[in-house]
Amino acid sequence: MPTADNAFATALRLVLNLDPALREIVALSLQISLSAVALAALVALPLGAALALWRFPGRGAVIVVLNALMGLPPVVAGLTVYLLLSRAGPLGQFGLLFTPSAMVVAQVLLILPIIAALTRQQVEELHAEYREQLQSLGLSRLRRIPTLLWDARFGLMTVILAGFGRASAEVGAVMIVGGNIDGVTRVMTTAIVLETSKGNLPLALGLGLVLLALVTLINGAAYVVGETARRRLG
Amino acid sequence: MPKAGLILAALGLMGLSLNATAQSVGHITLASTTSTENSGLFDAIIPAFTEATGIEVRVVAVGTGQAFEIARRGDADALLVHDTRGEEQFVADGWASERADVMVNDFVVVGPDDDPAGIREAADVTEAFARIAEAQASFASRGDDSGTHRAELRLWESAGVEPDGAWYRELGSGMGPTLNTAAAMDAYVMADRATWVAFDNRQNLALLFEGDEALFNQYGSLLLDPGRHPHLKHDLAERWHRWLLSEEGQRAIAGFEVKGQQLFFPNASR
Repeated sequence: MPTADNAFATALRLVLNLDPALREIVALSLQISLSAVALAALVALPLGAALALWRFPGRGAVIVVLNALMGLPPVVAGLTVYLLLSRAGPLGQFGLLFTPSAMVVAQVLLILPIIAALTRQQVEELHAEYREQLQSLGLSRLRRIPTLLWDARFGLMTVILAGFGRASAEVGAVMIVGGNIDGVTRVMTTAIVLETSKGNLPLALGLGLVLLALVTLINGAAYVVGETARRRLG
Repeated sequence: MPKAGLILAALGLMGLSLNATAQSVGHITLASTTSTENSGLFDAIIPAFTEATGIEVRVVAVGTGQAFEIARRGDADALLVHDTRGEEQFVADGWASERADVMVNDFVVVGPDDDPAGIREAADVTEAFARIAEAQASFASRGDDSGTHRAELRLWESAGVEPDGAWYRELGSGMGPTLNTAAAMDAYVMADRATWVAFDNRQNLALLFEGDEALFNQYGSLLLDPGRHPHLKHDLAERWHRWLLSEEGQRAIAGFEVKGQQLFFPNASR
């Protein structure tokens, strides 16, 4: 029986030995999830802000759908991307299936709705507060987007971290579109699934602890940066 | 849609930088089964092939049913699975041009050490299965249309049992997860020997029945038909196929051991 003890010991040994296979897996996990977060944020932040500012017929429906997509099951996202990128699918000629790029696409699909929906909500609240001021400056809606996003930046940092958390913790989608190929598309979460299926539970849990530590480290860094900036700006 | 174009371009760039690190002279994607991957066979034999040919082999380990589907969609260059009937059908349907025996291992029946159904005393595997059904002892089935699942269903059929009822649990999982679950609920389970020997979380499970010829598990390599998916790397895949059947490949398979035990027995007919 694996105990919490030997899982901790395994995790510690993995980290202290700087196991080269582990380093590769960690690096790939970070590369994929950070790329996915960056791409998703690039689209979702302006999209969410625009949704907060514009009024159009069917806006309510769009918001509901976006909120619902926050709960998109990773396996469904993975299967969708798999069918799109498969050679027999519409984007098959690019040969992206079973590559890290496919994993980025799947994760973008998962976290874009999260970032967009939460941005919409934050910006809408902020806009309600600043509306008169912005109106008196004569700013068009389009020009208000960067201003509002900048003013909401501390809240949006948390939104982006939520997206990163979802991306790095997810396994169902990257397993399907990446294929868990050793040295090519094996990331932390798929490695954990593989070790679990081998019955190597201490190693699986050890890898889980390493992943958790990594995510904590990134969140800690974001917190420190945010706090420093906040204090400096008074 | 300039925005969509931009996103695609950005994705392409990111993909390039990501894939560049993993690029080699040439690689093929091999769709194969969890039993071969989980036992560590590929880690043992692929380096020898890569050294001899410079071709990297990327393994996607799934159930046999899913492996066929991946190949049908044109997403794998090569196929190594264990469902002879399914493989022959695959050739007959025109998806593959050639099928060859590569190696065998065997299935074993494991279960709780105190053996409530008494299958240790069974004369053959059909009797063992019949005893499990009669005792209504918990049985964990893969239930995932894998080669192992298909073989298990054939054994129930020859035992004249319709596996049904609360004692028969279809898990819909790979071999490893099924063993984990069986260990947790003290159930009988049919496993391939390779995964069983390499499996660490046995708890109360023990090997109870083995050795019947009906438990013979044949692996076959398939050469995909270039007419179906011209974009696949058929020349590289053919070298892999030929290497598996060659003396060198067969020797590599025979040399693979886990815990001092040979798990796969090469049987290519040359």
